[in-house]
Amino acid sequence: MNNPNPSAPSSFGDTVAGSPAARTEQIRALIRVAKRWDHFFALLGLLAMMVGILTLVALFTEMVIDGLPRLNLDFFTSFPSRRAGQAGILSAWVGSILVMMVTALFAVPVGIAGAIYLEEYAKKNWFTDIIEINIANLAGVPSIVYGLLALGLFVYTFGFGQSILSAGLTLALLILPIVIVATREALRSIPKHIREAAYGCGASQWQVVQDHLLPYSTPGILTGVIIGMARAIGETAPIITIGALTFIVFLPPVPGTGEPPAGMFDWLFSPFTVMPIQIFNWTSRPDPAFHQNAAAASLVLVVMTLGMNGLAIWLRYRLRKKIKW
Amino acid sequence: MPEMPLTGEARLAQMAQAKARRSRREKAIEAVLLLAACVSVFTTVGIVYILLKESFAFFTHVSLWDFLTDTQWTPLFDDAHFGIMVLLSGTLTSSAVALLVAIPLGTIIAIYLSEFAGHKTRETLKPVLELLSGVPTIIYGYFALLFVTPLLQKLFPELPGFNVLSAGLVMGIMIIPYVASLSEDAMRAVPMGLREGSYAMGATRFQTAVRVVVPAAISGIASAYILGISRAVGETMILAVAAGMQPSLTFNPMEPAATITSFVVQVALGDLPHGSVGYQTIFAAGLLLLLLTLAFNMLGYWVRRRYREAY
Repeated sequence: MNNPNPSAPSSFGDTVAGSPAARTEQIRALIRVAKRWDHFFALLGLLAMMVGILTLVALFTEMVIDGLPRLNLDFFTSFPSRRAGQAGILSAWVGSILVMMVTALFAVPVGIAGAIYLEEYAKKNWFTDIIEINIANLAGVPSIVYGLLALGLFVYTFGFGQSILSAGLTLALLILPIVIVATREALRSIPKHIREAAYGCGASQWQVVQDHLLPYSTPGILTGVIIGMARAIGETAPIITIGALTFIVFLPPVPGTGEPPAGMFDWLFSPFTVMPIQIFNWTSRPDPAFHQNAAAASLVLVVMTLGMNGLAIWLRYRLRKKIKW
Repeated sequence: MPEMPLTGEARLAQMAQAKARRSRREKAIEAVLLLAACVSVFTTVGIVYILLKESFAFFTHVSLWDFLTDTQWTPLFDDAHFGIMVLLSGTLTSSAVALLVAIPLGTIIAIYLSEFAGHKTRETLKPVLELLSGVPTIIYGYFALLFVTPLLQKLFPELPGFNVLSAGLVMGIMIIPYVASLSEDAMRAVPMGLREGSYAMGATRFQTAVRVVVPAAISGIASAYILGISRAVGETMILAVAAGMQPSLTFNPMEPAATITSFVVQVALGDLPHGSVGYQTIFAAGLLLLLLTLAFNMLGYWVRRRYREAY
């Protein structure tokens, strides 16, 4: 490999001609232009990030300016009202919490159990493949389609009605893929020798799962569950689709109270509203006074979801630092 | 009564019994876990069954030809027309606006985070993106209607209060994190050796990013785009709040329009009796939506498989 002119790289040889000094100057110019593109793009990248950041800032500023004056204790303890100044989010936040309870009670055990099966028990065969493809596809189904499923299945076929139970189950199905994927990732990150050591001591497969895999993967699972719940609490479309009401001036019955006394599970079948639906209702009214209520309720909701997301991000960050197998 | 330690045959029999009990327990647990894993399959079967059942009932009233070719969408009027083109035009227009925002910005952010930003910058900026995707869509809807639309009206005074443009723009910003983080994952998976080879040839960061890393990661980037499209098509609340739910066959983003998703919301807010044609309409619309997103998801999967560069 004898390069006749080692001082001029061949890639520049075609475009650069003339005396050595002029050639060097041309190469310098080329490098300058290339470097300018570098700086330009670094700036462009920051600008693009700024679009996102500024949107968040504008969103918060708008909500705080409009909503903060409405945020007082009465706002949390009043029912919605036709007078914007007296309306509150009592039925909405109580409804949201009850729906989330149903969601968690269904999605967490089912999601974790399903993930354990797929990661630890499942044999590599066509049936397992079907389940895997299925979960990947479900994660891409728009949330409103889950609402239609719930409307046809829970509300009418099973006869749960437009109730807290229907809404909770709908959101549980919606976040199931999130919980499953997070749990599987957490299980996969546990090294094989932990399992082998346990089997070596005579543990059965379930004992390995119960005593070793689950405890070690708890932080990872928790992160997934929190992200899923944060997603669920902000979901509006599926709950509107099953027909949640927007104007609720009572709370679901507390077991054992009222006349006749409410049963243990009567609240599950109670009509309800949730935070996002209350916000939707207030936003779609023309009266600006209700928009202030919407801003205040949005502020509460966004603090809840971002708080949950923040917790999950922090948990994951800590996790990554701490665990060294 | 103190138990006598068993010996010989008796001891063996006891151990065999314990072993059998344990293996029965293990079998039962495995069955329960399998059942939990199958819930996802039941969900899919349920979705397909419900949508097909109600759509089938719908298409006994309305011919498929009318559904696909009629240019009016007035399912709740006496003179009912069921031209899905009207809703599709709204979905297409809003998705196009959203993608015009999300794809360029998402790609630039992904290249920046993967190739330009230092470790510290990346670790601080990525959570911001995650926050952006964590905001509930109803709040984006509120933001589009009450902040972005008035802002746009200063630029275009004739812009109506409900329009596809502001909904689409906000939707685009909402989708940025999905596009950016998936594209970035794809770029980070490109082996360091390719970059080092490029730098060794005297290429700058920008040249390396655009001519080496992006082409090598193109399958992942393309599937990120397709996922973005699928998100845009399925997005509901921003459009229901800010784009005005008025069905009209238009591709002009400056006008109000209804999309497939916002139509479902509109019907659900009303009080349609179970089993009426209006009720069945939303399932037909939902079926179309499911088919659309499924097609995009499969396309994304195929692109990832077909054009993946294996290292």
